[in-house]
Amino acid sequence: MDILLAAAPLVIPALGAAVYAIAGWRPATAHVATASALLSLLVAVLLAARVVADGPIAVAALLRVDAVGAFMLIVITAVAVLVAVATPAHLAAELDAGRIGTRTVTWHAVLVQAFLAAMALAVTAADLGLLWVAVEATTIITAFLVGQRRTRAAVEAAWKYVVICSAGIALALLGIVVLGHASAHSRTGAGLDWAALALAAPQLDPAVTRIAVVLLIVGFGTKAGLAPLHAWLPDAHSQAPAPVSALMSGVLLAVAFSAVLRVKVISDGALGPGFARGLLIAAAIASLLVAASLLIAQRDYKRMLAYSSIEHMGLLALGAAAGGPLATAAVLLHVLGHGLAKCVLFLGAGRLLQTTGTSRIDGVRGLAARQPVLAGAVGAGVLALLGLPPFSLFASELGIVSAGFGTGIGWAAAAALVLVVVIGAALVTHTGRMLLGAAPEGPGAAPAPLVLPRSTAAALIVGLAGCAVLGITAGPLSVLLEHAAATLGGIR
Amino acid sequence: MTVHGIEMLNIAAGALLLTAVLVLWRREITMIVRIFALQGVALAALVAVLAWDEGSAELAVVAAGLLVLRGVVLPWLLRRALTGAAPGQRESRPALNVAASLLAAAALTLLALAVSAPLVALSPAPATRAIPIAIAVVLIGFLVLVTRRHAVSQLVGFLLMDNGITAAGFLSSAGIGLLVEVGVALDLLLVVLVLQVLTGRMRETFGDTDLDELRELHD
Repeated sequence: MDILLAAAPLVIPALGAAVYAIAGWRPATAHVATASALLSLLVAVLLAARVVADGPIAVAALLRVDAVGAFMLIVITAVAVLVAVATPAHLAAELDAGRIGTRTVTWHAVLVQAFLAAMALAVTAADLGLLWVAVEATTIITAFLVGQRRTRAAVEAAWKYVVICSAGIALALLGIVVLGHASAHSRTGAGLDWAALALAAPQLDPAVTRIAVVLLIVGFGTKAGLAPLHAWLPDAHSQAPAPVSALMSGVLLAVAFSAVLRVKVISDGALGPGFARGLLIAAAIASLLVAASLLIAQRDYKRMLAYSSIEHMGLLALGAAAGGPLATAAVLLHVLGHGLAKCVLFLGAGRLLQTTGTSRIDGVRGLAARQPVLAGAVGAGVLALLGLPPFSLFASELGIVSAGFGTGIGWAAAAALVLVVVIGAALVTHTGRMLLGAAPEGPGAAPAPLVLPRSTAAALIVGLAGCAVLGITAGPLSVLLEHAAATLGGIR
Repeated sequence: MTVHGIEMLNIAAGALLLTAVLVLWRREITMIVRIFALQGVALAALVAVLAWDEGSAELAVVAAGLLVLRGVVLPWLLRRALTGAAPGQRESRPALNVAASLLAAAALTLLALAVSAPLVALSPAPATRAIPIAIAVVLIGFLVLVTRRHAVSQLVGFLLMDNGITAAGFLSSAGIGLLVEVGVALDLLLVVLVLQVLTGRMRETFGDTDLDELRELHD
């Protein structure tokens, strides 16, 4: 029973992919993705309950669902539900506009399901090697989704995405090989099973482990969009179709970041907390600097959202650097809050692009007057990203920064705070210009009808409401967060 | 390990490094693909020597698999990515000239020796002593990846990195497990297929596979 439950997050989207591959995308199958996502969310919640009650569930030395894995599954499936609800309207509008054909739509549906399965594998893999295979698989699967529109910009983005991410993640593979070398000579029989490695960490050769940790953090950090290897992210996230951008920005980055968190547990055990902390602080400050400097004069709203993702990954890295149960719980809560808010914003941006025909910030004026629901959702989403209450990002950012001040990296937390304020000001200015002001007049101003599809509106509002409720109370999730923080603290 | 075994291992590892340097040196894309195929053979030979030394049938199968994948299938895919392009394509504007890239290769090899010293120190076996060479191949591959401006030679740079990592995996005592090994090989094959398709689309939309044409997206 447990084994079935643990394998279900992989099997359900795989079946979904098979359904789309056989039956194709049509009105009758349009909501298979929604059913698959809802069922997966249910399974993730059941798994979380089991894990909190009885500890990790292992399947044949390949999969292990622990509290971190269960939490990440909840994040993935929750965002997947929102995306699945909004996707049919998005694809229908693209089809009507003749930007894509029915074949492409079917491919889209198949690949998104496969993408979800690969991410579920990445967060439940027991072995670092299998984790690597799953993360690389996400790159391969999403490459065609990024390049879906086949324009010059889309092909360029897909090429950069695959080359930079594959090269970065190749460094992680080298890190895994080096760590395997250290593990084999520790005579603990840990192999590459990361839970066993975390236990055996004190016996690992420190000099070799140091090389491995640098490679692993840089490698998985590339895929998580951390500077300095972040160059692919704004291109890929701005060129991918909106539902895919929502998944990539909302969950894929966090899935890669959870691999960094796993590596940190091993590093802390073998080398003490200082080593990974130094690397993560450097990545955090560099990411925040990149985001701040490129957001100030940003002209494209999808790229603006992409740089904001780099900012939030930087904040996660800062929280991970601080370490400790409170900071780790805040980091995980931030993952969920950012996932929901960024998903809402990318879905909104996709609708905006369809209705205005431009992704330039100065091409959109007076949105509040013309599309009030969409404008409200985008405005509220940006406020959530800024970390304003009642949204959960307020609590988690506060937790991350105060943990930074509490653990002797106050200078980094202070620098991060300044950069976050600069970024916030830039986001508010750009969004304000899009939402307020008079609507543009004349022909070509409204190439599509301005009624927000009901399903899209539902996804946007539910996502924002979820983010706000989490900010008021994490409810039963707080127990799961405690367990996950303990796992990542090397306690459980 | 026998004296002969060590000699064979060193020859195979030397061939690995030599082919990496040759890729850096040559400019004709078809020649680069040919050299890459040779490196695949050298890698398979290296694993075959290890298999023979340990008397391991599993490793022998892996060596055969490597020979097919990296010596035949991947070079074939690269050649297919080249069809449709003008014959005798060369790197038009590499970011580094020949002399500078060869100097960089020497520097990277020294860096690899320095960086992998702890790995060798952990278990000074003949196979482990060759790890610095594998790391040097990874670094040279990275150099090719960042300095070349043609889609196919960039792809070869990525594959050199991967050959280096695979070699390091087999030379270090542990390896990464057969299942993961197969997963890695499959991922690699798919990456090359994806990039091959993208090369085709690039030619469709840009009319060329010169990556200097890629400048739609910037801030």
